[in-house]
Amino acid sequence: MHGTRLVRYALLRLLQAVPVVLGVVVLNFLLLQLAPGDAATVLAGEAGGAPPEYVAELRARFGLDQPMLVQLGLYLKNILLLDLGYSFRNSAPVLDLILERLWPTLLLMGATFVLSVGGGVVVGLLAALWVRTWRDHLISVVAVIAYATPLFWIGLMLILVFSIWLDWFPTSGMEDVVAFNEGWARIIDIAHHLVLPTITLSLFYLALYTRLMRATVLEQRGAEYVTTARAKGLTEGRITMRHILRNALLPVVTMAGVQVGALLGGSVVVETVFAWPGLGQLAFQSLFARDFNLLLGIFFLSACLVVIVNLMVDVIYVLLDPRIRVGGA
Amino acid sequence: MTRPFWIRLVANPRAAFGLVWLGLVVLAALAAPLIAQADPFAITGSPFARPFGESGLGTDSLGRSVWSGLVFGARTTLLIAVIATLSAVAFGGLVGALAGFYGGRIDDLLMRLTEFFQTIPSFIFAILLVAMLSPSATSVVVAIATVSWPPIARVVRGEVLTLRSREFVQAAITLGERDAAILLRQILPNALSPLIVTGSLLVATAILTESALSFLGLGAPNLMSWGFMVGAGRSFLRDAWWLVAIPGVAILLTVLSINLVGEALNDALNPRLRTP
Repeated sequence: MHGTRLVRYALLRLLQAVPVVLGVVVLNFLLLQLAPGDAATVLAGEAGGAPPEYVAELRARFGLDQPMLVQLGLYLKNILLLDLGYSFRNSAPVLDLILERLWPTLLLMGATFVLSVGGGVVVGLLAALWVRTWRDHLISVVAVIAYATPLFWIGLMLILVFSIWLDWFPTSGMEDVVAFNEGWARIIDIAHHLVLPTITLSLFYLALYTRLMRATVLEQRGAEYVTTARAKGLTEGRITMRHILRNALLPVVTMAGVQVGALLGGSVVVETVFAWPGLGQLAFQSLFARDFNLLLGIFFLSACLVVIVNLMVDVIYVLLDPRIRVGGA
Repeated sequence: MTRPFWIRLVANPRAAFGLVWLGLVVLAALAAPLIAQADPFAITGSPFARPFGESGLGTDSLGRSVWSGLVFGARTTLLIAVIATLSAVAFGGLVGALAGFYGGRIDDLLMRLTEFFQTIPSFIFAILLVAMLSPSATSVVVAIATVSWPPIARVVRGEVLTLRSREFVQAAITLGERDAAILLRQILPNALSPLIVTGSLLVATAILTESALSFLGLGAPNLMSWGFMVGAGRSFLRDAWWLVAIPGVAILLTVLSINLVGEALNDALNPRLRTP
């Protein structure tokens, strides 16, 4: 892959993502119209009531007395300047609140990504190698059950067994705040808190990728290039590791890219269960504070996050599969 | 291979297990007032009674019967999941049929829309919808349907696209039949089996979404549901873990059963596409 062409491809994909981001902004605006009251009444309500003249003045100041399309234009302009509005509940700009909570969520998602893709690839490959033995059946039964387990429930059950009964892991939070750990001690503490949330969020995807990996490996084993490799006299182990594994990775990578949006949704639930101080927990809190600005901002930034990760997966895909010619046809 | 369809389905032990459990759940949901306390929110005994003791499956923190909650929760959860799925099938089916049948710009536009709804984080969008519409059974149904139609649209579009070029459809077009009649009478019956499989698997996803929403406190108020029971029992995990465990097992077994039956349906309806 030629470097400049890859950059050009990435830029092209970025351009294609623009309508998606604009679509989310429009969707947000429409949702905001659905909500009872507007920013002026909310502000007046926060102040403990205000005379109607003052509310009208507020409306004029925010442009809420303008026609719908003009309002949409204003909203778009604000968001493109990364002004996501102000959270009156938290007395802070929405963007600051979100950025503060972004990295715990990214940490949780990253760890989940590594565990589910890595685990799924290994277990799926093993299941395919053991096909139609009791080990394969066992893996398939566990995967089918994991696939049907509600996230919030398995999280609570893990807390019950590993935190309450066995006392191996902390029940909630991201770190022991009162311990004032620094450096390595802090990293180890966070990793310790990360174990149960990651397992909870990973389980469903682990099952998904395991099944996908198993099916792909079985399919690839019948491919012509495998027969060729066998005819060359390569050992089965070498065929699996050097040929089948590489080809079977592609569908898993694709699927992992598709699942990013769902992963973010799952992290709302997991963060609520484990009191993990990320975007999901912030969404949950803003939900009950009826802080719509904040909620819409979280939705907007998570959609952007999905777009960015999808873009990264596309680029990884091109790097993994030289058959995809970029910029050519 | 000439055995009738339903025998092939029941001969599969996984599907048989799924059908039995689903049958029990549906029966319990239908007969709820007959087999349990009429009001699942009513206080029936002392709080925190252990399960398998004197009061069936025990009672929760307020002394409400867990058995009653389970049975009435089955009603809520199944009803919401099925209605939401039917709405998603209707809407997604319409979008997919229009896209596949007319092609061209309409197809481009509708498929862009479908992709858009597949890209946005669907669960967060569902939360937003329920919050904005204020929690009620209707808004939960709307939210679940809104986030679950895209796979249906894709499946239907693919089917319509291949069926459209088949001779019997071309003949109907030549005979001057109306588009709606062709779609409903010629194409739909032939596209039914993938639609049934995708739809049945969607019910499982809808149950998981509904449970997660009610767990977060966004479910229909005044209606008992499994997710709500888990959410309510959560604060007492240390002392009364069964309040969380029991409804969770009910969700797990029901979703598992639907998935197993869906897979078996897929194998039985498309014998050539057996899952390895």
